[in-house]
Amino acid sequence: MAAETRTRTPSKTEHLLINMGPSHPAMHGVIHIVLELDGEVVVKAEVNIGYLHRAFEKHCESGTYTQAFPYTDRLNYVSPLINNFGYALAVEKLLGIEVPERCKYIRVIMSEISRIADHLTCIGASGMELGAFTVFLYCMKAREYLYDLIEAATGARITISYGRIGGVKADLPDDFAERAKPAFAQVRAVLSDIDRLLTNNRIFVDRMKGVGAISKEEAINYSFTGPMLRATGVYYDVRKAQPYLCYDQIEFDVPLGQNGDNYDRYLVRMAEMEQSMRIVERALKQMPAGPIAVDRTGPRDELGASRPLKPDEMVDLGKVGKTEGLLEARLSLSPNLQGMEEERSQAINAPEKRVVLPPKEETYANIEALMQHFMLIMDCWGMNPPEGEVYFPVEGANGELGFYIVSDGSDRPYRVRARAPCFPFVAALHRMIEGGMVADVIPTFGSINMIAGELDR
Amino acid sequence: MSETSPLLLRIAQEFGEAVIATHSFRGDDTATVRRESILEVLRFLKETPELGFEMLTDVTAVDYLKYRSTDTPGPAFLAHEFLAREREPQSARFSVVYHLYSLTHNRRIRLKVPVEESDAAVPSATPLWPIADWLEREVWDMFGIKFVGHPDLRRILTYEEFEGHALRKDYPLRKRQPLAPTREGWEWAADQTVSFPKTDRFDAMPPSKRERE
Amino acid sequence: MGLGTFFTTKLEQAVGWARKYSIFQYPFVTACCGMEYMSTACAHYDIDRFGAGLPRFSPRQADVLFVVGTISHKLAPVLKRVYDQMCEPKWVIAFGVCTCTGGFYDDYATVQGIDTIIPVDLYIPGCPPRPETVLQGLMLLQEKIQKEKQQLGI
Repeated sequence: MAAETRTRTPSKTEHLLINMGPSHPAMHGVIHIVLELDGEVVVKAEVNIGYLHRAFEKHCESGTYTQAFPYTDRLNYVSPLINNFGYALAVEKLLGIEVPERCKYIRVIMSEISRIADHLTCIGASGMELGAFTVFLYCMKAREYLYDLIEAATGARITISYGRIGGVKADLPDDFAERAKPAFAQVRAVLSDIDRLLTNNRIFVDRMKGVGAISKEEAINYSFTGPMLRATGVYYDVRKAQPYLCYDQIEFDVPLGQNGDNYDRYLVRMAEMEQSMRIVERALKQMPAGPIAVDRTGPRDELGASRPLKPDEMVDLGKVGKTEGLLEARLSLSPNLQGMEEERSQAINAPEKRVVLPPKEETYANIEALMQHFMLIMDCWGMNPPEGEVYFPVEGANGELGFYIVSDGSDRPYRVRARAPCFPFVAALHRMIEGGMVADVIPTFGSINMIAGELDR
Repeated sequence: MSETSPLLLRIAQEFGEAVIATHSFRGDDTATVRRESILEVLRFLKETPELGFEMLTDVTAVDYLKYRSTDTPGPAFLAHEFLAREREPQSARFSVVYHLYSLTHNRRIRLKVPVEESDAAVPSATPLWPIADWLEREVWDMFGIKFVGHPDLRRILTYEEFEGHALRKDYPLRKRQPLAPTREGWEWAADQTVSFPKTDRFDAMPPSKRERE
Repeated sequence: MGLGTFFTTKLEQAVGWARKYSIFQYPFVTACCGMEYMSTACAHYDIDRFGAGLPRFSPRQADVLFVVGTISHKLAPVLKRVYDQMCEPKWVIAFGVCTCTGGFYDDYATVQGIDTIIPVDLYIPGCPPRPETVLQGLMLLQEKIQKEKQQLGI
């Protein structure tokens, strides 16, 4: 039989449009990616955001400067302390005040603990998305130890509202350094486990190396900052470039990557966690000591004994004229005010009467402090920064978190703008996944560490 | 007024008329530039090696409608009377603000472009930095300022059918948007007070305290 | 006669017992509450010991919809669609105060409580709720599931 030349009419192919999200299993946040696929290859990707837009900037305009703190917590909700302090530092720059040394160290310690929590969440979630569920469980376990530390200092686990303009809410508990030791030992154990599980794991390396790469020039053009930029090899860390708080007095290294791919980002984050723990340990050693509690005696009763007074008892005694020894009396405050006692308040708050609330004992005891408290709390008196605008960048867990604050001299911010570090990453996401396979979208998206609260504000 | 920083002097020298004002406050250098020349100024800052502002950190805007006005809530008889004066010399309603950062020289600068409400348009910076694409979309969404030459100017943080521009000062915080009624099948949600009829399952008491249904 | 109702009662109890201890959740996670959800689901607070440990990422295979975190108006149609895709019997947990009433986000972009869109069975307030609160809420939901009139068959 003669050889037949079989001509095949080519089958008609089309690109497939797939929606990823907004509700999707990747743990990072709500985002909508429309992928145009040619087989397995991503030809075009369109990213839609805004699914968690919560009007942060408008809410800040509607309240006073201090009332913005809960909103800043919920920006990057995995490392809320960094947001708090970034905002506080921006307002303090506007006011032109500086916080005392101990407060700076406290802020650095809490920021770094938050940073470790953020990186743990990122690596855990990335691991889980690739199928390494154990890594996720280990990271969450380590994070619980950090949450215990944060809870000891601030009272809450995640949305802590710990920062204040001119200081922090309360001093660290006395046994904080002792608590931090076993917590960090556990975190280090977990990190070494994850390292053994992932870093040289053939599957992990194959899925992450060379995937989602971006070049240095493109990263700079897209305004990348933070671990994403450092993974491409550019040395830019706000803590080193424009040191704030006391980062210039603490020695630490900044890990850099080479290729700008997912694997390098993972390595940079792992190294940064170790550096953050180092910063906390050094800061705890270098920190100026907390004040020693003054041993005060109160008014003596019939039996000659003295005991701490409750605030209303003190006020009652004052009213009936039994003021002997009253000003030296020790007040027993509510447990909610632990860490905010009078001795401590000088160490954790700037000495600015127009900005910082007086310690409670003073407020109960004398009229000047009461007036100071009243003026700061009542509407439209408050803290009136001078007119002007400032931009203050801090090193968030994702990159440069900047607050741009415009003040018109009133007690409310006129405009608060949070420059989200992960906004450029998501804007450049299409560049990182186009041309790759559809299965590479997930590891790339995971390594960006997009936090929707920060992205959409 | 402290002496102007050399950077601002250089810009003022180079662009003369186009730079309306410069000032430094708390260490931040700010230059107010005319809208027509903003692209040249940005390009100059990016491409001159001695200045080298490679990174566009942020593009945002400010609405000066209620600047120092007595409209802000609070007892009017108090401090606000001291604050209520004529509005700032800037009569333009909006100001588009660019923050630039130089990696090589570790320096920052802020550029402000006054924009009138009636003609709210500014040349787009997308030819210089690709990130300007999304940043300008956000300014459009929140303020309604158009960017001429932008490849795809549409809303980014709110949904397409959203009415108004949210961060403008005359847009109330608590305004209830239609719950996307123009989407197919959502006409029933046009007013926010719709709620599902409660069935037996929605008692207020916890099940352990209730009698059997 | 008595025996018939004895059977159906016991059968209902058995079905209720089975349903409450094998919850397949669909975690519709959006915001900060997601962090507490992750904590609850993981080793320390362990939601798995309640039988609810396996998230099913397809609404067709899930029976409890955990709405975790703020829902904005842009996301609301998606939530409704996910809810509609779930098969009966299904329950909805409003996790976090943003889903209960909108939280402190009383603004133009946030849905003031998801019960304006879908019916809710359990409200867990908190910003974010501690994992212990979530577990207590889950136990209340399990009681509710047990005591409901079970829909048997098609």
